[in-house]
Amino acid sequence: MIEVKNLYKSFGDNHVLQDISVSFEPGKINLIIGGSGSGKSVLTKCMVGLHEIDSGSILYDGKEFTTMNFKQKKKIRKDIGMLFQASALFDSLTVEENVLFPLEMYTKQTKKEMLERVNFCLDRVNLENANKLYPAELSGGMKKRVGIARAIALNPKYLFCDEPNSGLDPFTGIVIDQLIQEITKEYNMTTIVITHDMNSVMETGENIMFLYQGKNWWQGDNHEIVKSDNKELSEFVFASKIMKQFRNA
Amino acid sequence: MITLFENIGAYFILLSRVFKKPDNYKLIFKQTIHEMVSLGIGSLGLIAIISVFMGAVVTIQTATNMNNPLLPGYLVGFATRESFILELAPTVMSLILAGKIGSNVASEIGTMRISDQIDALEIMGVNSASYLVFPKIIASLIFIPIIVIYSMALGIIGGLVVSMYFDGMTLNDYILGIRFDFKMFSITYALIKSVFFAFIITSIPSYFGYYVKGGALEIGKASTKSVVYSSIIILIINYLLTQMLLV
Repeated sequence: MIEVKNLYKSFGDNHVLQDISVSFEPGKINLIIGGSGSGKSVLTKCMVGLHEIDSGSILYDGKEFTTMNFKQKKKIRKDIGMLFQASALFDSLTVEENVLFPLEMYTKQTKKEMLERVNFCLDRVNLENANKLYPAELSGGMKKRVGIARAIALNPKYLFCDEPNSGLDPFTGIVIDQLIQEITKEYNMTTIVITHDMNSVMETGENIMFLYQGKNWWQGDNHEIVKSDNKELSEFVFASKIMKQFRNA
Repeated sequence: MITLFENIGAYFILLSRVFKKPDNYKLIFKQTIHEMVSLGIGSLGLIAIISVFMGAVVTIQTATNMNNPLLPGYLVGFATRESFILELAPTVMSLILAGKIGSNVASEIGTMRISDQIDALEIMGVNSASYLVFPKIIASLIFIPIIVIYSMALGIIGGLVVSMYFDGMTLNDYILGIRFDFKMFSITYALIKSVFFAFIITSIPSYFGYYVKGGALEIGKASTKSVVYSSIIILIINYLLTQMLLV
């Protein structure tokens, strides 16, 4: 479980996050939604320690993350997997080497054991016979799958996904969503997904947080979101005609 | 002025992270070998062409400017050897490598920065500065002195080839010249300079690439800046080392 309490973050005079308090539960898809510039990515980066926060606390299973030293943070980070919006695969490494990277960095397994784990992870994301390909040779959907395989290689407790289906066709987007959902349940991970995709929100949102003007504006699940009378949330989620029709139906 | 001091400060902060104890020696070793091949071996062709032709041109120019019968013929070989060993191989080749390797390093690390690859390393708990920059510095510290020696040899060979066909001189004079009054310290001096230049060639572009913000345009700017700053610092260090070691 990840808990954020009274978190503030600003860049100069720009107060990006203000008094954010939220809990992300294990075994659930926790979604962070909000308009562009609402602070979703900054919140995620604060949670994984890429940005220093101004004040507040971030707890990983009750342990305060912000006051940890480098070694302690490193221990937590071994339990974090992250899927980036643009996948962030290492260009100079093949698919196999990308997934192998965290294993080589942190485990003392033999090469054979590591390769078995790599193949298991790649099979798990339905990506076979791609081991020797380089990221430049992969489609967007394949890159996301490799990103997921790399993120789960060390069997993480926490999975962060930054817009996992952006830039993908609707069908591949659904496949990636389902994959994240399956993996979350299978390994009982605390999964946090930033998304703009309303299809994902309606399909997978078990715990949704709506960020508006840097504040935790609304929180609930995909059933509650339909019934909510929160004006800003409704304007964001049901912005399109088809979503309005869906709500009315 | 404040920006300059900020940049210098940030450069040394980056270096302090680069030289922290590596997370995994095996991976660093693997990466160093990879960098030696990519930065070092990848530069051999360019250095060979430049050195041979530069050696040939220096020989011709020296010979045409020393056609006074009172000057001994071996001076052409001597001048070619001295200019190559003392300046052309260590300094000019380093300036060329600052362009080739520097732009490569800045754009590679810059692309990793804007495509979140550096963030991915950090989230994995990897000291990205050490993992990315340390192997490049070590590879260049090992390989650039070798390239400098290689350039010296090829430059002198370039001059030797010209001396066989050029009317104003003889091959024997040239060989006598390149053997005349040889001081081993000249090679030591060139190697000392090349070690300093090797560090500059990789660390400064790494700095500009590592802190790049924005997109493709900024990577281009970082790449250009890294070449300009590396070249200027090479020239300043060259002057200081010459003052300290030769005067």
